[in-house]
Amino acid sequence: MQLNEIWFLIVGVLFIGYFILDGFDFGVGIALPFLGKDDTDRRVLINAIGPVWDMNETWVLVAGASLFAAFPDWYASLFAGFYLPLLLILLALIARGVSFEYRGKGETARWRKTFDNMIFIGSVVPALLWGVAFANIVQGVPLDAKHNYTGDLFTLLNPYGLLGGLVTLSLFFTYGLVFISLKTDGDIRGRARALATKVGVVTVVLAATFLLWTLFAHFTVFGLVLTLLAAVALVAALWFNLKGREGISFSLLVFTIATAVGALFTALFPKVLPSTVDPANNSLTIANASSSEYTLTVMTWVVVIALPLVLTYQGWTYWVFKKRVTRDSIPAGSH
Amino acid sequence: MSALDLARWQFGLTTVFHFLFVPLTIGMVILVALMQTAWYRTNNEKYLKLTKFFGKIFLINFAMGVVTGIVQEFQFGMNWSEYSRFVGDIFGAPLAMEGLIAFFFESTFIGLWIFGWKRLSKRIHLATIWMTVVGVLLSAYFILAANAFMQHPVGYSIDHASGRPKLTDIGAVLTNVIALNQFPHTVTASIMFAGAVMVSISAYHLKRSQFVTEMRSSLRMGLWTLLVGLFGTLLSGDSLGIAMVNTQPMKMAAAEALYNTSAPASFSLFSWGTPDGSSEIFSIRIPNLLSFLSTHTWTGKVEGLNDLQAQYVAHYGPGNYMPIIWLTYWAFRWMIGLGALSGLVAVVGLWLTRKGKLNLPKWTWTTAIWAAPLPVLAISVGWLFTEMGRQPWIVFGLFKTSDAVSPNVSAFDVWVSLISFVAIYGALAVVEFKLLKKTAKLGPVAEEEPIEDDKLAVAY
Repeated sequence: MQLNEIWFLIVGVLFIGYFILDGFDFGVGIALPFLGKDDTDRRVLINAIGPVWDMNETWVLVAGASLFAAFPDWYASLFAGFYLPLLLILLALIARGVSFEYRGKGETARWRKTFDNMIFIGSVVPALLWGVAFANIVQGVPLDAKHNYTGDLFTLLNPYGLLGGLVTLSLFFTYGLVFISLKTDGDIRGRARALATKVGVVTVVLAATFLLWTLFAHFTVFGLVLTLLAAVALVAALWFNLKGREGISFSLLVFTIATAVGALFTALFPKVLPSTVDPANNSLTIANASSSEYTLTVMTWVVVIALPLVLTYQGWTYWVFKKRVTRDSIPAGSH
Repeated sequence: MSALDLARWQFGLTTVFHFLFVPLTIGMVILVALMQTAWYRTNNEKYLKLTKFFGKIFLINFAMGVVTGIVQEFQFGMNWSEYSRFVGDIFGAPLAMEGLIAFFFESTFIGLWIFGWKRLSKRIHLATIWMTVVGVLLSAYFILAANAFMQHPVGYSIDHASGRPKLTDIGAVLTNVIALNQFPHTVTASIMFAGAVMVSISAYHLKRSQFVTEMRSSLRMGLWTLLVGLFGTLLSGDSLGIAMVNTQPMKMAAAEALYNTSAPASFSLFSWGTPDGSSEIFSIRIPNLLSFLSTHTWTGKVEGLNDLQAQYVAHYGPGNYMPIIWLTYWAFRWMIGLGALSGLVAVVGLWLTRKGKLNLPKWTWTTAIWAAPLPVLAISVGWLFTEMGRQPWIVFGLFKTSDAVSPNVSAFDVWVSLISFVAIYGALAVVEFKLLKKTAKLGPVAEEEPIEDDKLAVAY
């Protein structure tokens, strides 16, 4: 395996890690107005992700920085090309992050309502736009000979891109709901499970359409295997959710996200950003977008040493906060 | 305005805004860790109260540093794609290391610290705040190493096929002389800011004779922190100055508005130049001081702007290689002046409160309260000096800022993002300041905590 192939894999793994971790944070944020009947409910929902959302969000920073280090041209073409969607994602992440911090600090119901709305919007926007962005990466965008994006915002809002956005939106919503039923107890746990079934059915239809479309456009045997695994895991996750086995359901959804994003990266390989204009010359590939051998070697060592440590202490954090969050755990009078 | 100008304004504004919060994070996390250690060692409730109180201040501020930091990383690709392509082989590495090694570390352990008061043993919980300190410092180092490459590129060779620099020595990049000097300078300045904030909050309560037991300790701790930070800033600033003269003589000449090469060179306290910036009309000078600052000898030669301009034209081709002189000149002076002023607060404060004296005239408390922003203002103008003094280069000697901007991002796009950031940052600044003020005024009150052991500490 070449170093740039290894790095294609690492970047894929980092984005999968990001979607697996921040995916349920988005889902919880989207669920806030649906499940949070009163302030205590909403506090339960937010506390379910309170200790971990920040470290989960950090994965996107690491994925982005690793993209920059390993494939500078991919990073440059992508970030300058997808300017306005990324701006919206940034604004949403800012709104979401400060709202977790600020909502409990004000006295009035209106104050909390404002920040609850910002958490909702700040979760919906990235959940939708990451799907739009990744679908467009796989489908290809117009690039010129210097690999600069020549389209505009509306170029990205095509049927395949929008479908990709709806898939991630509904998938993360379902995933967040299953996470809530896993992390809470009592009435809200049951309501989350029931809503997960409904949203899950919609997700199955959207995801199946999207993955089949992807498979037909970029057929590989490996892609087929991943797509089938993703589909089976998603349906099984809904089945186990229905049976009240939240742990298994959640694990299967983790597997669904990993295999579905894996299928997208498989469809992309060995390109990293295909061009729809003069594809043979203008596309970015793992060969023409990557850093030098030396840089990739250095960064490989950093990942090999750092990532197992990261997974260990982040895993430990989840173990420390493994207890379910309940209404009783919210002190009276706090918000 | 062109997309280039707008992108520069956006980068400047978002970076200065981001760096209002980062120094307080760096400084305050150290102080909170020290206070918690004091509590762990002595079991004195006073230190626990102080830890929780300043911990709250730290966290309100930390959130802002985190969310504004994401913008920084995305912005390189969004607005500066040509820059990203050009330096990606080198510049991306320390950024990715920062993420993989430092960001994960600090974001994980801060979560454990916030929510772990009841879940973790006293000892492990104390360890989590120190782990956060380690993460914060590592993060500062990697980002300063990345910045140092822009000031003084090392550890690379130019690839002939692409014309771009290729990384040849990561060790050289991570031990760049500018990074080695910039790091202690940034950290000690950040410690000064945290000290000044601590002094300010303590003074507010002592002026009203409330929470005297706790605030007396935090006042002294803040004052000493400020003083120690000042000495650190002076020492590191001195060696950073020497490194800068050796690597970017134009920046030092611009900092001094020194038009002609001089030996010995005098330090100017005030200077007025012709509107085109090519020569000096009037100045007040201290003889030999600039020679000493630049070379550590009283008569050393310091190169002037006009000679350097001629040298650069001969080396890099025609063009203007001078930064904006009035800006670098005054930014350099304001940095030193504001820093010195906050140091003065520390010295006077320590003298006035010696042997535990606290009945002081009202105006001394008021001064201490309002002195809080001095270090952060010094830090901001210091960065303006460092970054503006490097112009017209984005990577000194290798790549110009005007070539670095994204060619396919229109002025309209940048207007949209610039206005969005100004609007959201403005709103956040108001909320943030109100919250900090409210929390600070409330003081180290005892929290109403749930009695059962397994109940979550509501940190947000």
